[in-house]
Amino acid sequence: MSFSRRRLLALALLPACNPSRPHEGFLGLMERFNAQVQAGMFRRSKLAPEEPREALTDPEHFPSYKVAEDYPEAPQGWTVSVKGLVAKPLVLSLAELRKLPRTDFRVRHHCVEGWSAVASWHGVRLSDLGRLCGADPRAGFVEFRSFEQGQPEEGGPLVRYSSSWDRESVDHPQTILAYGKNGSPLTREEGAPLRLYSAVKLGYKMVKWVDEVVYQPMPNGGYWEDQGYEWFAGV
Amino acid sequence: MQTARAVPEQPLAVRLTHWLNVPLLLLMAASGLEILAAFPQMGPQGEPASWYPLQEWVPPSWLRAGGWLAGARHIHFALGWFLVANGLVYLIWMAASGEWRRRAFLPRRDSMNALQTMAYYLRVRKIAPEQGLYNGLQRLSYTAVIFLAVIEVLSGLALYKPVQLSALAALFGGYDGARAIHLLGLAALAGFTVGHIAMVLLHPRALLSIFTGGSRS
Repeated sequence: MSFSRRRLLALALLPACNPSRPHEGFLGLMERFNAQVQAGMFRRSKLAPEEPREALTDPEHFPSYKVAEDYPEAPQGWTVSVKGLVAKPLVLSLAELRKLPRTDFRVRHHCVEGWSAVASWHGVRLSDLGRLCGADPRAGFVEFRSFEQGQPEEGGPLVRYSSSWDRESVDHPQTILAYGKNGSPLTREEGAPLRLYSAVKLGYKMVKWVDEVVYQPMPNGGYWEDQGYEWFAGV
Repeated sequence: MQTARAVPEQPLAVRLTHWLNVPLLLLMAASGLEILAAFPQMGPQGEPASWYPLQEWVPPSWLRAGGWLAGARHIHFALGWFLVANGLVYLIWMAASGEWRRRAFLPRRDSMNALQTMAYYLRVRKIAPEQGLYNGLQRLSYTAVIFLAVIEVLSGLALYKPVQLSALAALFGGYDGARAIHLLGLAALAGFTVGHIAMVLLHPRALLSIFTGGSRS
């Protein structure tokens, strides 16, 4: 066993402050405090500024991340189901989604890594969808699940990409299930046929290749969140 | 008759907040550099800023803390509060105690002394100008570094909440502007620290007083 600087640091700070398990101990406590601060300063009426057309990032320079080996392809007959604490569960095809009121916005994307980029997105507001399915006000959280699968640990099990959100951010007017980017339908790399897009969260919260939206009374983790990334991750 | 209580050169509140700053700033800087390592570029995606000479430079591991991006972010956002609280305690105590009078740089009072001290250091002038606790140049740098810290905190908040605090982010020229200022601020703080350590090593009495409090006046 080699005593690298990192290992020594980890031993010294265990278990109060261990950056490889940041949801626990002191760091976990501070994460929950920060989540409350972020939720407290969140205003549903506070919109991200609409970016001018000139600010658009060259699509070639807008990275498209994935956790699967290849960008996943939608299964035949793909639909998205909206369920959980709802009065009327929905199963929607892309054609049916396109018939719902469409929302467009051009905003800045903030990646957890520190880069930003601008694109316009269009799709259906989650708040519209929530009304349509009669989402229960007691559902304080919504989990978005993807048909993409990644392998967080080498040799470990495949895990579906997902992320769970606070309901306030879900119902923000700039949170949509997007089926288009920069005026065109989504490409496979961008999350076709349907992805979550929002101006009020970091990129990893915006699940691509969505096929399930679940209204829940309790929060769940998510693909990156379960590995240690911040759960709230608002911007 | 009331006699003024003797005040040490470095009262306890100054010493406490000063030494709390050391681990806090080191960990903030090191976790910040780990965060930088995740995207070691300045400028928006696809448009690397031409002014930044260190594009793609990843800080060496001994300068970084947190082990990985998620760990570093948790450290940065946890300790940031303590750094801000420490700074607020210092500033409130300064105002309440009146200590700011012998520490803050007041342009009318201190500009000439700062120039004379600079001339002395550059060996243009033979004798150091008279001074109290600090000379004008010290007051200037210790006051400037407080403003620098405020800029670091505000640009950091703009990066943390670029949408909820969009007006603040706009003040820094947007998200990428705030990111550049946050990093330049770190470089300036590092430069201050190097100069600060060099100067106190040259003046062992000042170095001693930040441990012991120093003589009473």
